[in-house]
Amino acid sequence: MASIKLEGLRKTYPGNVQAVKGIDLDVADGEFVVLVGPSGCGKSTLLRMVAGLESVGEGTLHIGDRVVNDLEPAQRDIAMVFQNYALYPHMTVFDNLAYGLKNRGHQRDEIERRVQEAAKMLEIEELLPRKPRQLSGGQRQRVAMGRALVREPAAFLFDEPLSNLDAKLRVQMRVEIKQLQRRLQTTSLYVTHDQLEAMTLGDRLVVLNGGRIEQVGTPMEIYLRPASLFVATFIGSPAMNLFPVDYLRERGSGLLDDLPEGTDIVGIRPDDLHIQAPDKRHLIVESTLELFEAAGAESHLYVRLEGNDQPTVIRTAGQPPVTEGETLRFHVTREALHPFNRESGRRMGV
Amino acid sequence: MQTKRMTLPGGWLPYALLAPQVIVTLIFFIWPAGQAFYQALLREDPFGLSRTFVGLDNFARLFNDPLYLNSMSVTAVFAIGTTLLSMSMALLMAMAVNRLIRSRHAYTTLLVWPYAVAPAIAGVLWWFIFHPSIGILPYMLDMLGYRWNHRTSGTDAMLLVIFAAAWKQIAYNFLFFLAGLQSIPQSLIEAAAIDGASPFKRFWSIVFPLLAPTTFFLMVVNVVYAMFDTFGVIHATTQGGPAQATNILVYKVYADGFVGMNLGSSAAQSVVLMAIVVALTVVQFRFIERRVNY
Amino acid sequence: MVEHRPVGNLLTHVLLMLGVAMVLLPVYVAIIASTQGPGELMRGGLPLLPGGHALENYRLMWQSGLSSSSAPAAGKMLWNSLIMALAITVGKLAISLLSAFAIVYFRFRFRLFFFWLIFITLMLPVEVRIIPTFRVVADLGMLNSFAGLSIPLIASATATFLFRQFFMTVPEEMLEAARVDGAGPMKFFRDILLPLSITNIAALFVIMFIYGWNQYLWPLLITTDPEYYTIVMGIQTMINSEGYVPWHLVMAAVVMATLPPVLVVLFMQRLFVKGLTETEK
Repeated sequence: MASIKLEGLRKTYPGNVQAVKGIDLDVADGEFVVLVGPSGCGKSTLLRMVAGLESVGEGTLHIGDRVVNDLEPAQRDIAMVFQNYALYPHMTVFDNLAYGLKNRGHQRDEIERRVQEAAKMLEIEELLPRKPRQLSGGQRQRVAMGRALVREPAAFLFDEPLSNLDAKLRVQMRVEIKQLQRRLQTTSLYVTHDQLEAMTLGDRLVVLNGGRIEQVGTPMEIYLRPASLFVATFIGSPAMNLFPVDYLRERGSGLLDDLPEGTDIVGIRPDDLHIQAPDKRHLIVESTLELFEAAGAESHLYVRLEGNDQPTVIRTAGQPPVTEGETLRFHVTREALHPFNRESGRRMGV
Repeated sequence: MQTKRMTLPGGWLPYALLAPQVIVTLIFFIWPAGQAFYQALLREDPFGLSRTFVGLDNFARLFNDPLYLNSMSVTAVFAIGTTLLSMSMALLMAMAVNRLIRSRHAYTTLLVWPYAVAPAIAGVLWWFIFHPSIGILPYMLDMLGYRWNHRTSGTDAMLLVIFAAAWKQIAYNFLFFLAGLQSIPQSLIEAAAIDGASPFKRFWSIVFPLLAPTTFFLMVVNVVYAMFDTFGVIHATTQGGPAQATNILVYKVYADGFVGMNLGSSAAQSVVLMAIVVALTVVQFRFIERRVNY
Repeated sequence: MVEHRPVGNLLTHVLLMLGVAMVLLPVYVAIIASTQGPGELMRGGLPLLPGGHALENYRLMWQSGLSSSSAPAAGKMLWNSLIMALAITVGKLAISLLSAFAIVYFRFRFRLFFFWLIFITLMLPVEVRIIPTFRVVADLGMLNSFAGLSIPLIASATATFLFRQFFMTVPEEMLEAARVDGAGPMKFFRDILLPLSITNIAALFVIMFIYGWNQYLWPLLITTDPEYYTIVMGIQTMINSEGYVPWHLVMAAVVMATLPPVLVVLFMQRLFVKGLTETEK
């Protein structure tokens, strides 16, 4: 068990391509931290630097109380689950799990015990004599987990481990990974581009963009108070609607008067546009319903607002009695407004 | 040139791993090739007692030597004949086999094994069946009124070595043509059939153009084979005769250097051959590059 | 083809059978000839069916060889061929695997230089540099030895390139996982890379064995002592002698010389095809 501490990490590739532009991050002992961002944001590079698969360009990397910048991956006491699992195709599942232990000079009976234990935990005992090619995608994923587990490392590193699974299996494995991590209390760094996976798995999220950290926080902090336009639109599905502040001001009584200095863009989550008028002060927007999408428990309304060309999405529970083409009024309270500055991309106010 | 995204920590290890290959290459490839270049500029008497620097004189003599010029045209005839014969037979067989499904494997097996026969052995086999007094083919030709004798007729001798060299190479060409044919999508041929193209037309308008890369590749490979790998065919049978009729370039290098002890000329011939190999290799690689870019 | 007409299929089979007959003819003739007695080949026109002298011809060639030629017994020469072919094959595979491993998995100074140095051997077949190479081998005292027969032929750009190509297709994560698992360079090579390459090694083994077995010019140059004659070059000494050539016995030797590589091709056809088509791509 160990904490992980990143201090001013940078990585520049030949040709002056900056993949990681100065990252500071503390991962507490036992914490599950998810690195999330679009492809090319530097999240995988960052994880691979922690693993020792990429050299650390600048900065200092601590695992536990050691500086590990120049240590071999094997010396860092970490285990990694790869996106494509990276199982050794010529070895049985048992040998795949045992290989790292053998290389570290563990005794035969110790290896046997640990492999059986990990296999039991993941319910893959009957797969042990098989070769990877005889396994389904989900089983391979479990074996890849087992290979990390069996080592009892100070930290788990996950590199998009669920992205090769179908949707149903992905949800199932997500839950299992979360439960496993709760049980083992092993410090974990998890990379994904899927914001839902990030929200549901992480104790804390690190949202990355263009090699920099946009925001660090618990999933709810990030959802409720996105620190930047990027985070606001990246986290949450359907994505947050954005309006020029002047557009709303034309419609909105004095409700917008106390927006922080510098606000010129206001974000509103699709859930915060209500058909029913609340009994609080609110502003009202008129719109035409262009498309209605019923998704069972919830519905998505694609509307076009008067005097605003941008399509807007609204999410409501159940199925409201609406028809396409009709004019609808929506109500928004002051609390639902996220103030941003377009130029800096930052959230305004404290 | 690429490596892996992540490489191993080096130190002296990569050099040690390369050492055996590099040492063998330096001692047995690079050094002798350098020697050939050097000797091509010298003239040595047959007993190795004196040597003088003669510049490019060896080359000048070579290209004024009717025997060498003859050897060049003999090589051209031999290489073109071998390539054409072997490739056309192989294409015919491959197209026939490609029509079949159940017996495809059996025919393939029956057709590919001559690849394993050494060129020298191939030469001996054909030498034997064309043997003027005991061979069976001259016996049949005699009935048709043709007196076959590769010991006295240059044409017969040339045909003999072409048959031997081509026979051995059919297997190779066949495998590549078959692979090429099998990589042509069936849907293309079906589309052409729906468009009303006759089988003959389908071949010329669809199959043949799509086989062009394979054909070109095989042409280069076959020319290289005929020029450099057929020493055994010549040496074990005609030994360049009769009257220089089958004295191809690689055989002449050997004969002039080893038997005739004319080292300067042999070295100059080596240099010319190396230039030819380099040219053919460049053609081959440029072509492979192009194919990769498709 | 789109439609399969019975007549077309029949024609196809006829064509193929003619082709197969033509391909088989020389070897069929050799086998028939090798079963005849001493006088039977001289009568003009070869018998079409095997004669009754197979056993004695083959036994004679295997045990004592031809008295009119300098070549030793075929048994001895087959043994020499086997040693040479195996030494060349194993040597080529070993040094090619090691150098491809170095070129793909390490970054080091002069890497490109070494790559080209190996590449250049493609352009220098032994046939074009006969005399200087012979001199080098003579100066090193390697004439008439198995070392001289095999070592100069084991440098192989082709095998190195094939392994390089193959190593490039091995997923990056294999090395990464192995390193996280604590495997050093040579451990990775032995435990992961070699087992993954096994099909390629086997395919190349078939091709290289045939290449080694069929060497002709090289043994011709560096063996003057019949003790080291290989079967493929030894046969030539039997027919180039002046005067009477006992063709029935020569053909027995020819059949014996051809059998091992042909059997390799027939029994490992799948690997052979893979090795052939991939080395040339």
